[in-house]
Amino acid sequence: MALNVVVCVKQIPDPADPGALDADFTLKRDVKLILDESDSYGVEMALQLVDAAGGGEVTLVSMAPNGEVSGLRTALAMGAAKGVLVSDDALAGSGARETAKTLAAAIGKAGDYDLVISGVESSDGYTGVVPQMLAAQLGHPMVSFAKHVEIADGTVKVARQTETGSQDVEAPTPCVVSVTAGVVEPRYPSFKGIMAAKSKPVDTLTLGDLGIDAGTVGWAGAGQEITTVEDAPARQAGEIVEDDGEGFQKIVAKLEELKVI
Amino acid sequence: MALSKVWVFVETDENGSLTTLSKELLTKARDLGDTVEAFYAGDGNDVAETAGAFGATAVHATGPIEGQLLGAPVGAALAAAAEGVDLVLGGTSYDARDVFGAAAVKLDQPVISNTTAIDLDGDAVVTTVPVFGGEKLVKTKFTEGGPMLCMLRPKSYEASEAGGGAASVNSVSVPGDAPTASVLATHVEEREGPQLDSSPIVVAGGRGLGDPAKFEEYIETLGKKLGAATGATRAIVDAGWVPYNKQVGQTGKVVKPNVYIAAGISGATQHLVGMKGSKNIIAINKDPEAPIFSVADLGIVGDVHKVLPALIEALNAKG
Repeated sequence: MALNVVVCVKQIPDPADPGALDADFTLKRDVKLILDESDSYGVEMALQLVDAAGGGEVTLVSMAPNGEVSGLRTALAMGAAKGVLVSDDALAGSGARETAKTLAAAIGKAGDYDLVISGVESSDGYTGVVPQMLAAQLGHPMVSFAKHVEIADGTVKVARQTETGSQDVEAPTPCVVSVTAGVVEPRYPSFKGIMAAKSKPVDTLTLGDLGIDAGTVGWAGAGQEITTVEDAPARQAGEIVEDDGEGFQKIVAKLEELKVI
Repeated sequence: MALSKVWVFVETDENGSLTTLSKELLTKARDLGDTVEAFYAGDGNDVAETAGAFGATAVHATGPIEGQLLGAPVGAALAAAAEGVDLVLGGTSYDARDVFGAAAVKLDQPVISNTTAIDLDGDAVVTTVPVFGGEKLVKTKFTEGGPMLCMLRPKSYEASEAGGGAASVNSVSVPGDAPTASVLATHVEEREGPQLDSSPIVVAGGRGLGDPAKFEEYIETLGKKLGAATGATRAIVDAGWVPYNKQVGQTGKVVKPNVYIAAGISGATQHLVGMKGSKNIIAINKDPEAPIFSVADLGIVGDVHKVLPALIEALNAKG
């Protein structure tokens, strides 16, 4: 029985590079955007579920400025079949609400699906509520913080991480599941995968294509406004020493100074 | 100018007591609003006394939510009940994210999350969100009317009692049409020793330890010696070396101990976010460029396999 999974992926500036904001406080995204690591887990999870089901497709859905697709190509190289990208200048400054609304509309254009998967939170925003808002927009059940996912006969079974342990959860398809890092080990795209990814279809849509009013998204629609961006108070620089065999003594001395021992 | 009414989405721990995070939020709520009330997904009578002690005059409770995830039903209940409320505060806990996400869509309201501060500035409500690994603080104000929805990180504020009597309990109905996810079983992981989120000393290890056995050999041993809680980076939790309840970081626990010892931890943003509020940070890593050294009060650039055994031996010699 074919299993079709939509995976929401975000393309972000490489977190290893120092971040920067534009004058209007938008995150600078004119640098190379890569697939958010949190989403590599989502893509891999989807690919494994489709594999286990014996067939089906993984469709990527993403929102990015400037028609950026390089992060999508990585996910396509892993094995996703196709992508739907929403790209529109008016989306700049969107918050979680606008993002969820836009992704929900794009998912509407992705064809039939049994399951929507996303990461738990993006590695640049960390807001961590878009998956839940997306599920609410779509009217689907939502299971967050999945550390194990199985699907059979129209039911998704999830081990959901909690602060004190876990819960065994079930939900009927179609539903939305957000997965934690480490839910599966993401594969490295093979050379064959990378070559194939170049010709896999990515549909690029504007807000107009989705019937979304530009005034309801981006800075215009976010319901919030950045007032200032300040440097965080810096920690006073500490003492960094190279171990010459006696480094441990400095730790002992510090612990004594702090009355820990 | 204070807000008229502030609600706090409160939660209880596995023992049924109000979480420290909930107490922190109630404390801050008193600064922001003339009236502070709690919203609870459970039996309101279980939390009325403590919520009252921290300043809530009422608890709006849905009653126990049996056998299903809280998000959709409680989010719908919160949205329906929050008319006339200026601001709803919650923590960045897993359930709060689920509830606020669902409520936000019902209310068509934005959510500002991952905040470390929320203040009044004239008539505006301004939040502070750290970005770029905490290097910069972005201040954002809500521009639409209420109810404003804001989620705060643990330990953004200190909890303190208000000395109030028990809150009154008000029943809130849960709409029956929310899309549900069934909970078949709940598992609570055993936790022994000093608790990570409250211990004054934390000893943590990362991938630099080399192999899983070294966590027990170095980190647990040092932890026992110092009476400390032990913690870990996401990298070694994901690798299965230690259980998730030891994870310190953006996901995992936020800790602010008096002393944090980071061994074999490079200091990736995800981890720093969880511990850079520690008063005193001691780091051991063989890479002089490791980001952990930018927050360390004492940094030893060296091999953990040399430094830690020597440290343990020295501490043993002291008795």
